[in-house]
Amino acid sequence: MAIQDYIRQRFFPHLWCPGCGHGIILNNLLHAVDELGLAKNDIVVTSGIGCSARISGYVDFHTLHTLHGRALAFATGVKLSRPELTLIVPMGDGDALAIGGNHFIHAARRNIDITAIVMNNRIYGMTGGQFSPLSGPGILATTAPYRTIDPNFDVVELARAAGATFVARSTTYHALETIDLLKRAISHKGFAVVEILTQCPTYYGRKNKEGEAAEMIERYKHITAKIGSKALEENPVLIPRGVFVEVRRPEYCEAYEEVIVRARQEVAA
Amino acid sequence: MARKVRFVQGNEACVEGALYAGLSFYAGYPITPSTEIAELLAERLPARGGRFIQMEDEIASMCAIIGASLTGNKVMTATSGPGFSLKQEAIGYACMAEIPCVIVNVQRGGPSTGNPTHVGQGDINQARWGTHGDHNIIALTASNHQDVFAMTVEAFNMAETYRTPVVLLFDEVIGHMREKLLVPEPGELPLVERLRTSVPKDVDYHPYLPREDGRLPMSDFGGEHRYNVTGLYHDMWGFPTSNPKMVSELLRHLIDKIDNRVHEITRHKEHFLEGARYVLISYGASARSAIHLARERRARGERIGVIELQSLWPFPREMIREKCREVKAVLVVEMNMGQMLAQVRAAVADPEKVFLANRVDGKLIAPADIKQVLRVIQGRGV
Repeated sequence: MAIQDYIRQRFFPHLWCPGCGHGIILNNLLHAVDELGLAKNDIVVTSGIGCSARISGYVDFHTLHTLHGRALAFATGVKLSRPELTLIVPMGDGDALAIGGNHFIHAARRNIDITAIVMNNRIYGMTGGQFSPLSGPGILATTAPYRTIDPNFDVVELARAAGATFVARSTTYHALETIDLLKRAISHKGFAVVEILTQCPTYYGRKNKEGEAAEMIERYKHITAKIGSKALEENPVLIPRGVFVEVRRPEYCEAYEEVIVRARQEVAA
Repeated sequence: MARKVRFVQGNEACVEGALYAGLSFYAGYPITPSTEIAELLAERLPARGGRFIQMEDEIASMCAIIGASLTGNKVMTATSGPGFSLKQEAIGYACMAEIPCVIVNVQRGGPSTGNPTHVGQGDINQARWGTHGDHNIIALTASNHQDVFAMTVEAFNMAETYRTPVVLLFDEVIGHMREKLLVPEPGELPLVERLRTSVPKDVDYHPYLPREDGRLPMSDFGGEHRYNVTGLYHDMWGFPTSNPKMVSELLRHLIDKIDNRVHEITRHKEHFLEGARYVLISYGASARSAIHLARERRARGERIGVIELQSLWPFPREMIREKCREVKAVLVVEMNMGQMLAQVRAAVADPEKVFLANRVDGKLIAPADIKQVLRVIQGRGV
């Protein structure tokens, strides 16, 4: 299918700023869905609040635009009640890991079959450029006029420790890699996390003198390297890209089917 | 027909009512004094092919049931005051997105962590105005276990009929007390099933375009119609809008769908009300003491009656005004500082004749507590 067949053209133009990375991620996600051959009626996209969360309105799936930070909790209700559906949850960095941090780690712990996409632009964009728990120390934001002192989460390490069974990272520069990682994440049976570094030229870029959108995207080429690459070995301060975790562990909804079997046996006994 | 007689806690009567109504998905978080509801459903739901999940917090529980309602399930969560506070954000979402769901609040003493293992009725106004912004909501209550069962069934019926969250406001005494429950046979109580759209596949379905009768037929997530659901103001497709006309129309729809049907929604019982000169207005566990007192005084020839409210929101203003027109005095009996009192005073023609008999120390208000206030009103001293 053509990519435009997956979007609700009625609701365009979208609200993202010129140069925003979220459109690239939307495009990558739709390519991944298309290449996997998934039916539109089988996909539920659940999102929270923020620039990233607006993805849900633009895609022609079942879409649930919820509350700030709560997308995974809503998605858990959808998934457990209809396990055959494919759940995709795009979130921003503040949405996923500040206000939504508790839901994030518990969805990972349960290993419920949901694909969580963390669109990490290290800033709250919709509210105008405040620092997030993924900003890290030393950046300028409207709520950090003297630079941030807050350390940041490492999404990959957090997801791994919390129990996610698929964890990957990419960037908006590496679009083809992103499509591949999203395909693997969506196909994975269990809680899958894909962190995608994405540029916010309007707030992050301008404040922190990272240049225009094109420069910001190109920067990802220089500050990241593939896991196992020579570049990463030679320069360990680079941010690794690729798949960090891919393991099998009982999936929550499948495990619940066994609870149903046990409950019925006990009632019958 | 031999009916199933049970000797149960109020919390169990609520569980029985919910299962009778067709509950198929529950999400919750442990909290006294409502925990038995979660414990019983953890056991009962999977045996019926339903789903139970203990979420990471109260907020997530409320969100999860909304998600499960969208796939076509009858859903419920249960909590008490502190948890009810946390759920308010998502209750507002369910009001705005018009998602049928039932929230049980087995009330304890508040504010804050308050008096966890003791009775209170201090969440009446929170049930109405706990979430921000103009909205409307339905709240039901009960004073005995047969009614806990019946009102729980009603809650599910109303949630489906009006596409709204419905709050069941019980209290610790009702939740934990044991008494007889006759479980009705299937078919004995009417059940309202979800109204689903008749719009065929591949035809544009408008999830938020009300029919002529004001109802909004739904389509299950995962089914043949793909649409958007949001907590933002939205158009007939469920897509966010800030168009002033649409914003105003949607808010008025949310208010009117309940306000225009107050007579259809509200429930009350009358005890010894005929010719009553003094009327006690009460609900929940407090109503038991009010009814006890009225029965006792009637036996002595005093003309005292009780209006027992089984629905608290929307408030039955016209009914209260009418019933209290001729009486000498009205006594609102409740375990808070006068939350229903304010409603009754606003409803009657003569607010000066409305008094409060309350108790807020974690102990059940007794007939003697009410009698004392009544004697003072009657000019007979304590």
